[in-house]
Amino acid sequence: MRGRAHKFGDSISTDLICPGRYFHLRSNLPELAKHVLEDADPDFPKKVKEGDFVVGGQNFGLGSSREHAPTIIKLAGVAAVLAKSFARIFYRNAINVGLPVLICDTDPIEDGDELEVDLETGLVKDLTKGIELKANPLPPVMIQILKDGGLLPHVKKHGGFKIG
Amino acid sequence: MGKTLAEKIFSLKLNRDVKAGEFVIAPIDICACQDGTGPLSVRQIEALGRGVANPKRSIFFIDHAAPSPRKELSNDHKLLREFCRKTGCILSEVGDGVIHQRLVEDYAKPGDILIGADSHSCTSGALAAFATGMGSTDVAIGMALGENWFRVPETFRINVTGRFPKGVFSKDLIIHLIGMITADGATYRALEFGGEAIENMSMSERFVLANMAVEAGAKTGLCPADGITQEYLKRMGRENDYQPLAPDPDAEYERVIEIDASNLEPVVSCPHTVDNVRKAKELTDIRIDQVYIGTCTNGRLEDLRVAARILKGKRRHPDVRLIVCPASRRVYLDALREGILEILVEAGASIMGPGCGPCVGVHEGVLADGERCLSTQNRNFKGRMGNPEGEIYLASPATAAYSATVGHIADPREVL
Repeated sequence: MRGRAHKFGDSISTDLICPGRYFHLRSNLPELAKHVLEDADPDFPKKVKEGDFVVGGQNFGLGSSREHAPTIIKLAGVAAVLAKSFARIFYRNAINVGLPVLICDTDPIEDGDELEVDLETGLVKDLTKGIELKANPLPPVMIQILKDGGLLPHVKKHGGFKIG
Repeated sequence: MGKTLAEKIFSLKLNRDVKAGEFVIAPIDICACQDGTGPLSVRQIEALGRGVANPKRSIFFIDHAAPSPRKELSNDHKLLREFCRKTGCILSEVGDGVIHQRLVEDYAKPGDILIGADSHSCTSGALAAFATGMGSTDVAIGMALGENWFRVPETFRINVTGRFPKGVFSKDLIIHLIGMITADGATYRALEFGGEAIENMSMSERFVLANMAVEAGAKTGLCPADGITQEYLKRMGRENDYQPLAPDPDAEYERVIEIDASNLEPVVSCPHTVDNVRKAKELTDIRIDQVYIGTCTNGRLEDLRVAARILKGKRRHPDVRLIVCPASRRVYLDALREGILEILVEAGASIMGPGCGPCVGVHEGVLADGERCLSTQNRNFKGRMGNPEGEIYLASPATAAYSATVGHIADPREVL
């Protein structure tokens, strides 16, 4: 996967990703996706392109359990989210909706950098900087769910959970 | 080696010894959704096409936007009602109350595994249930299959000794703790509360601790099930749901944190993170436009009672709007019968119907640009109350009520 980095800071909450004032759009995901991350960067919904990466700092996705948050990041075309750490519910939700999430040191990555990400090996190349970063591997159960395209396809395919 | 409460609940449920770090598939006792997450769960259950495994323990709560302020949300509510009618799942209607308050009043019990599509589902952990928040699809799968997967968490033991000084509450304790360990200090862990100050604490106060465990990143917040739990369940008409449950004395903890309650003071979480903690007495120059007393954190009878004690015979400051929202119909009725609501209304409060109120940023008190709200809720993220240009401060009901009378953040020990 190759794309451009959109850099955000620490503590990007689900309120910033998917604001509560658009609560009424939760059953209209394409419309909701037009507001993705707009309270963190008002231009983000306009400038994000298919295959880009969202890059955060510490505790990305803290707050509400709204699965709509990773869902609209994915709907906006984002290929994966990279962060130094993730909040638990967001992390699990992201895998469930088939949005790859990688934990790595994102400090060297700057906004606009060209990244190449290998999900299998966890290798993150910052082509702009000419450096390589290593992401922590996902737990096996999550790799399996992600490979199947998310939790619902996973359960449909295996008739239940297949976690090793 | 002994077990933590989290390990004990999973071990009892799976009928074998389970240790922290294990991945397990466990049966679920209670699945819950609210009106913001439920519609997506319904669509996922329907897409899976396997129905609902245990409809009488699958509950949809209409509380976040209740009653509906918009047609889109009215249609979401309609979807939930029709699904419940069709499948036999339980529906908690407009005015019945907030998901977590209703779960502790009527459903959760010691030893249960509970998953809720709402991050504050950890509230039921105060009843020694392994209660945790998940997304809509995880809860949908839980409803359809009657089980889900878990990683049994490591535990931080929070030992609280000493007596709470006058004017200091469990809200101050949990805000203090989150300030200490930070908003992601307990990510993936269980917080387990114990020690003499917890043993002497009412359920109402324990729920506050469990409720805000997620604000430190934790998966759940647990209290032992003891005589106080038993008394509470009896009061809720559920004495038979009680079983004693405590961690083993030789349980293995990742970290043990000691807090002496007698050293605590009224504290406030400042914008825009819960771990941005200051003493209330240091914030008297912060003028406020709105005070909100309610939510799954602090919308219980005991919370309204302390607010009424402070507000009796007083008025809200003319520049402050005072919004009060009982957390459930039961709380509303009890407060009504006790004369609490009359005192609050006379003090200038607007009483909302039971539900989440303005905490979610949908209605009933959305902030204007540059406005400040002092709230008893659990979260103060930018945009939380419907406007990213607003600021939210978090405190106990006592701090909130007293501040409402003086127009700025103030230390309630001055009047208690």
